[in-house]
Amino acid sequence: MCLGIPGRIVKIDDHQKKLATVDVSGVRRQVNIACIVNDTHLVDACVGDWVLVHVGFAMSRIDEHEAAETLKILTELGEAQAEMESMRLSAVH
Amino acid sequence: MKYTDEFRDREKAKILIKEINKLAATIEIARTRPINIMEVCGGHTHSIFRYGLEGMLPDAIELVHGPGCPVCVLPMGRVDDCVSIAERPEVIFTTFGDAMRVPGSKKSLQQAKADGADVRMVYSPMDALTLARKNPDREVVFFGLGFETTMPSTALTVLQAETDGIENFSVFCNHITIVPTIKAILDSPDLHLDGFLGPGHVSMVIGTAPYEFIACFYKRPMVVAGFEPLDVLQSIWMVLKQIKDGRAEIENQYARIVPEAGNNAALAAVGKVYELREFFEWRGLGSIDHSGVKVRDDYARFDAERKFAIPGVKIADPKSCQCGEVLKGVIKPWQCKVFGIACTPEMPLGALMVSSEGACAAYYQYGGVKKHTAARPDASVAAAS
Repeated sequence: MCLGIPGRIVKIDDHQKKLATVDVSGVRRQVNIACIVNDTHLVDACVGDWVLVHVGFAMSRIDEHEAAETLKILTELGEAQAEMESMRLSAVH
Repeated sequence: MKYTDEFRDREKAKILIKEINKLAATIEIARTRPINIMEVCGGHTHSIFRYGLEGMLPDAIELVHGPGCPVCVLPMGRVDDCVSIAERPEVIFTTFGDAMRVPGSKKSLQQAKADGADVRMVYSPMDALTLARKNPDREVVFFGLGFETTMPSTALTVLQAETDGIENFSVFCNHITIVPTIKAILDSPDLHLDGFLGPGHVSMVIGTAPYEFIACFYKRPMVVAGFEPLDVLQSIWMVLKQIKDGRAEIENQYARIVPEAGNNAALAAVGKVYELREFFEWRGLGSIDHSGVKVRDDYARFDAERKFAIPGVKIADPKSCQCGEVLKGVIKPWQCKVFGIACTPEMPLGALMVSSEGACAAYYQYGGVKKHTAARPDASVAAAS
């Protein structure tokens, strides 16, 4: 109930009721998109959006830029560790 | 799955564990006692067990499993109310699957269904509304459950019912709010917490500002966390970093889903349909002020509590259960007297054993936790058998 699942909006079913079809790993179902629509992101703009779906409602658009940033931090942590490791190995004392 | 697999990378997890070990070793308080970090949300408890994260962490870190599983904190009296509504001949009672097996004082919804009540599992409150549309001669009731994560979904469904003029639909509202709950935990004298993993999907709705009091007044760090293994590990690392630096801030690890300001459309729907209750009763925790919401007068006709006479009787938790102590993180599930003996997922006494997000069910299901065996060998033997 609380975990949600990522899916992609493939088409708008009802503009007025803000209903759209979402594809979750090949399974399609209708979801309500009222929570991801606003003045700067209109109903039609939602097609193609990656969203997190909770109990039949698209609750958040997944921010690709932020996802990449978080992964970058994780990668950098790994690189820093590798670098430290090689420095330690090459250290004279 | 996009944005899921990336956060399950084994190699990156190993690196994070190393960094967590290094950091924990430099934290002063860890020399005398474990660093207590509470994950408030049941979804995190589920991830921690599913991926075996607790066993990977150094002994210096103790994860305290908090009360954030809405099914688990539902008091018996409310389940009795559900059963009473469900047993009315005109009613189709709809619910999320998680709530079917929660014990009431006499029976669960599942048992009521077996006895002939029309109880149906639905995936979404919108499915309940569709049922109402198709069955105009029946009363369809949806069991509204959950923190702010699911609150907008039932609010929007009520608004849709109003727009469509569907009068045979109502919500039995048991939604609860996170902030008073965290405050109650922080005020609890028998707990000492050093930091929090913040609930990712509640925060997606309410944003991060409502947690500021935790940093300002209680001087505890919180990191709003995602649910994949790397999310949880990175968030633990971020909490440790704050402790090490002597900072207490609200940070957001889950920015790909959680906007700092929350979701305006969702909050607007919630504000329109619901208002705070003076208090709400929690299983094991007792009454917490302003911790629940109810349907506003304007939408009274969609409120099952007003549409049907409910018993509303307060039922004490079973004496042998120690759900309250487990929910507050004072004891671990296996330290409860009935864990794995009188209380199992097949025959749950307490709700924590029912939901996959409940700490007891998670311990029972995934067991094998390194610290598991030492504390209460009799129970763990029973659980393993």
